[in-house]
Amino acid sequence: METLILFSPLVGAILCGFGWKFIGETAAMWVATGLLFFACVLSWIVFLTHDGVTETINILRWIESGTLSTEWAIRLDRLTAIMLIVVTTVSALVHLYSFGYMDHDPQWKEGESYKPRFFAYLSFFTFAMLMLVTSDNLVQMFFGWEGVGVASYLLIGFYYRKPSANAAAIKAFVVNRVGDFGFALGIFALFFLVDSIRFDDIFAAAPTLAETQLTFLWTEWNAANLIAFLLFIGAMGKSAQLFLHTWLPDAMEGPTPVSALIHAATMVTAGVFLVCRMSPLMEFAPEAMAFVTFLGASTAFFAATVGLVQNDIKRVIAYSTCSQLGYMFVAAGVGVYSVAMFHLFTHAFFKAMLFLGAGSVIHAMHHEQDMRNYGGLRKKIPYTFWAMMIGTLAITGVGIPLTGWIGFAGFASKDAVIESAYAAGPMGYAFWMLVIAALFTSFYSWRLMFLTFYGKPRGDKHTHEHAHESPKVMLIPLGVLAIGSIFAGAIWYSSFFGKTNEVVKFFGGAYGEPTAELVEQVAERSPKASELHYVMESAPGEAAIYIAPENTILHEAHYVPTWVKLSPFIAMLIGLGTAYVFYIRDPSIPKRLAENQRPLYQFLLNKWYFDEIYDFLFVQPAKSLGNLLWKRGDGNVIDGSINGVAMGFIPMLTRLAGRAQSGYIFTYAFFMVIGIAALITWMTLSGGVE
Amino acid sequence: MLGSDLTVILPEIILAVYAMLALIGAVYTIKDGAASMLVWITSALFLAVAVWIGLNGAGTNVAFNGMFVDDGFARFSKVVILVSAAAVLLMSEGYMARRGLLKFEYPLLIALAVVGMMMMVSAGDLMALYMGVELQSLSLYVVAALRRDSLKSTEAGLKYFVLGALSSGLLLYGASLVYGYSGTTLFSGIIQTASEGQVSLGLLFGLVFLISGLAFKVSAVPFHMWTPDVYEGSPTPVTAFFATAPKVAAMALFARVLHDAFGDAVRDWSQVIALLSVLSMFLGAIAAIGQRDIKRLMAFSSIAHMGYALMGLAAGTAFGVQAMLIYMAIYVTMNVGTFAFILSMSRDGQPVSNIGSLNMYSKREPGKALAMLVLLFSLAGVPPLVGFFGKLYVLRAAYEAGLAWLAIAGVIASVIGAFYYLRIVFYMYFGEERDDALDKGRSPILYGMLMASAIIMVAGVVNLFGIESVAAAAAATLVE
Repeated sequence: METLILFSPLVGAILCGFGWKFIGETAAMWVATGLLFFACVLSWIVFLTHDGVTETINILRWIESGTLSTEWAIRLDRLTAIMLIVVTTVSALVHLYSFGYMDHDPQWKEGESYKPRFFAYLSFFTFAMLMLVTSDNLVQMFFGWEGVGVASYLLIGFYYRKPSANAAAIKAFVVNRVGDFGFALGIFALFFLVDSIRFDDIFAAAPTLAETQLTFLWTEWNAANLIAFLLFIGAMGKSAQLFLHTWLPDAMEGPTPVSALIHAATMVTAGVFLVCRMSPLMEFAPEAMAFVTFLGASTAFFAATVGLVQNDIKRVIAYSTCSQLGYMFVAAGVGVYSVAMFHLFTHAFFKAMLFLGAGSVIHAMHHEQDMRNYGGLRKKIPYTFWAMMIGTLAITGVGIPLTGWIGFAGFASKDAVIESAYAAGPMGYAFWMLVIAALFTSFYSWRLMFLTFYGKPRGDKHTHEHAHESPKVMLIPLGVLAIGSIFAGAIWYSSFFGKTNEVVKFFGGAYGEPTAELVEQVAERSPKASELHYVMESAPGEAAIYIAPENTILHEAHYVPTWVKLSPFIAMLIGLGTAYVFYIRDPSIPKRLAENQRPLYQFLLNKWYFDEIYDFLFVQPAKSLGNLLWKRGDGNVIDGSINGVAMGFIPMLTRLAGRAQSGYIFTYAFFMVIGIAALITWMTLSGGVE
Repeated sequence: MLGSDLTVILPEIILAVYAMLALIGAVYTIKDGAASMLVWITSALFLAVAVWIGLNGAGTNVAFNGMFVDDGFARFSKVVILVSAAAVLLMSEGYMARRGLLKFEYPLLIALAVVGMMMMVSAGDLMALYMGVELQSLSLYVVAALRRDSLKSTEAGLKYFVLGALSSGLLLYGASLVYGYSGTTLFSGIIQTASEGQVSLGLLFGLVFLISGLAFKVSAVPFHMWTPDVYEGSPTPVTAFFATAPKVAAMALFARVLHDAFGDAVRDWSQVIALLSVLSMFLGAIAAIGQRDIKRLMAFSSIAHMGYALMGLAAGTAFGVQAMLIYMAIYVTMNVGTFAFILSMSRDGQPVSNIGSLNMYSKREPGKALAMLVLLFSLAGVPPLVGFFGKLYVLRAAYEAGLAWLAIAGVIASVIGAFYYLRIVFYMYFGEERDDALDKGRSPILYGMLMASAIIMVAGVVNLFGIESVAAAAAATLVE
């Protein structure tokens, strides 16, 4: 069944991409979509029937080279099962949605065929993503990792007639290469130390790695920390974390369904998945995990600030994605991998829905994306409005405070992240960053809602008059995702963020009694959390995730002070209130504020000037180096010398040779005699006298 | 005793007796009327002898007290010589007949030259060596001047004769020096003198003179200067012959003298051969660029190719000899095809040899142009054609013998040399349209040879038709 899930998107991609000329456009698209829904149904069956025990399904022997021996296999455990449903569900819905969204795309002339290509790319992406999440070893994962990169490149640049789309596609690819370089180094280091790239071997060796030193660059490092760090560099690239985030907002050049599938729900979460997948190693790398936490918190804050002032509806959501990924990394960084996966899971629903909703708005507004030209759309596109409303309630984390789980999907998972962050470092950097980010998230999300659906229509009157609700194929996916956005958090709350024993069981591990010493330590640290009953007992790699017995954050997170539990809710309310004042009560405030605080506004509007700094630091020097090598190095030196030899020196020799060939017999005889005299002399001097 | 000796040289005797009987027979009967028939009979005889030698020969047989050696190496060379001579002879018939050159002496002189070559490759003694060389050369002097009413042809014959005499003088002088310092003319005796400690300077002098004499035969620089003039002046079929069988014979003789008589002085002669090799490769490549006449161009091309073959020899190892044999076999095959093409180049019945006349040839005869393209790429050593593997072998041999600099020089020279081969391709495919088109070739033999040669260049990449192991076995009998 797992094999069917894995390969049906590939079959769909091939049939749709290469076969549409034979079976027709619409049939090809339905084949791809149908296969995806088929995979989706199977995935849900797998997820719901999975008992948590890790299974390996061999497909074929893949690489045999020296000591490197690798199968191509499916590793089915809870992590994989979660990712399977996330990927196939969103992908299937996005396929369906694309029927409506991609119809009559103004980028193409009448009669041009582009839809099968689009569907084939989508299905190919899904296959690569499934490869990534089902992988049994790092090389297979890297294969999927690069596969989704390629698909992302193709889809961002899908509107290849737009120069900006091409530039964005290249940017995404190049920035990801930086991350992949770190990832590849991490794989090399693991193979170097463990002599295997299979997860089972790596996880088993993780405790040893923690005590190994590895020389890298200029000094010695703790192997586990170094490898975890290098792998995280890869995750940073894919998941658009700070410093390697610049490609994600630009990736919005792609069609909106792509943004929903790749740049919100699935591919960008691959980094989080990687960190969780490598949890047995991460648990032995405390310094690297501190870095993950720090970077995740910084990204959450940074992206939220930028999101406050963006005007392009998709860019707002893109920064929101970036910010939410930061939340997930904080959760993973403090050691509650289940919470990271929880947020990944709920985020996939509401973020995909926000994107698809935004796509619906864009579709209604004839591909207008600037929110300043929206307004008052609530009545025109009611279904879309309600979908977006649910998405916004979910992302801002609306729910009944202190119950923990009664609320929209984002409420359960986001609060879990923030509470875990507090438990890991009371009053720490990560906690405050996340709370502030939650405030900002609420502000920009409501700002988006108010600007788009409330107030008076702005911008082109004609466009507003013709604004229309999207077709059913686009609304059905929104409905399905809305259900997920409402209930996903509440239903699976206890599985991801319940009692330690519940979570451990869900992820297929064994739990046991903590040592008395540990209980004392926890009680000392946080008196309320003194009732520690269970810790994880499975060895690294036995369960889908690994939580070291000393890691009690999951337990302690439930016993944080009440004000901490309330803080995200309060932040949300402040954000909502501010947005209401700014965009409903008195829409002139934002303008005045922007004028009063001009430098700050510009700073945020220009995304902290990251692109400009990178342009100055990397792009321009690389360009001038390239120019130098091209014009001076290649043009003058190489071409010059080769042309000189080929057009000057050799012809000169040719003329000389021609002159020697005089046609007179005495010249010829003379050369022979000279030749033999020279040979004799040389022979005498070199060989004969020894 | 004599009986067994005669058994060993029976192939040579048969050919020699046939040539003399046919000569007398033709003189007293129908003279030139028999020419065409004689060409066919001679070719058939060559092929028959080749098959006989190739299939029947086994082991190492020595005749006349070591003066004549029939071993695997000799047999390999003889088969190549006989087959290529037969091929060239067949190709020449139509050309010669159309231009009134088909004299009955022609096939018989070729037959005698081939006997000389077979003698050369089997020589086990300086006397036998000289006998073979002279028999071959004298026959070739005559065929070079076959077109007696052409100034160029007679000039070519005369030049070849005078310079050939000079080289024979060098060879004889070297032989006498070697005899003087070793007291024997037998190779097996000379090698014993050489192996007793130091090689004396006198013996080395003799060796250098011998090398010079032989270098003339393979037209290695600086003893090459007769080549372009003779190639250009001789009738084209004769040029084709010059470029093939005699080169194999001379190269094989070279290997035999160096290994059989001076096998223990490898270090001494290796550097000389390497020098000749590098000079030949570069001069062949560079001087050919200036040529517009395809026959002169092929002359320089063959000089360059001899440089590569010498590179294998310079390695001084069994693998080097093997590489040289493979190289020569490939070279001969390529040249047969190329000359089949050149022989078919004519306008209004007159032979044409200017490469400018090939402009846009691909439009008129795409099949032949494609075959020629394959051959030229192969001559230039472009992978994956067979010509590339020939070069690869000699380069490997040189590299493994520690002559990395020679191998690098060979690669550079082959890059330069590629230019003039590719220029012909350029003319054929991208040149300007001209109205003075060449005649359509009608000869099925030429067409067949061209196509067969081109197909071999492509199909041979699979396993070189198994020549590798055969050449290895042949080389092993020469170098232990």
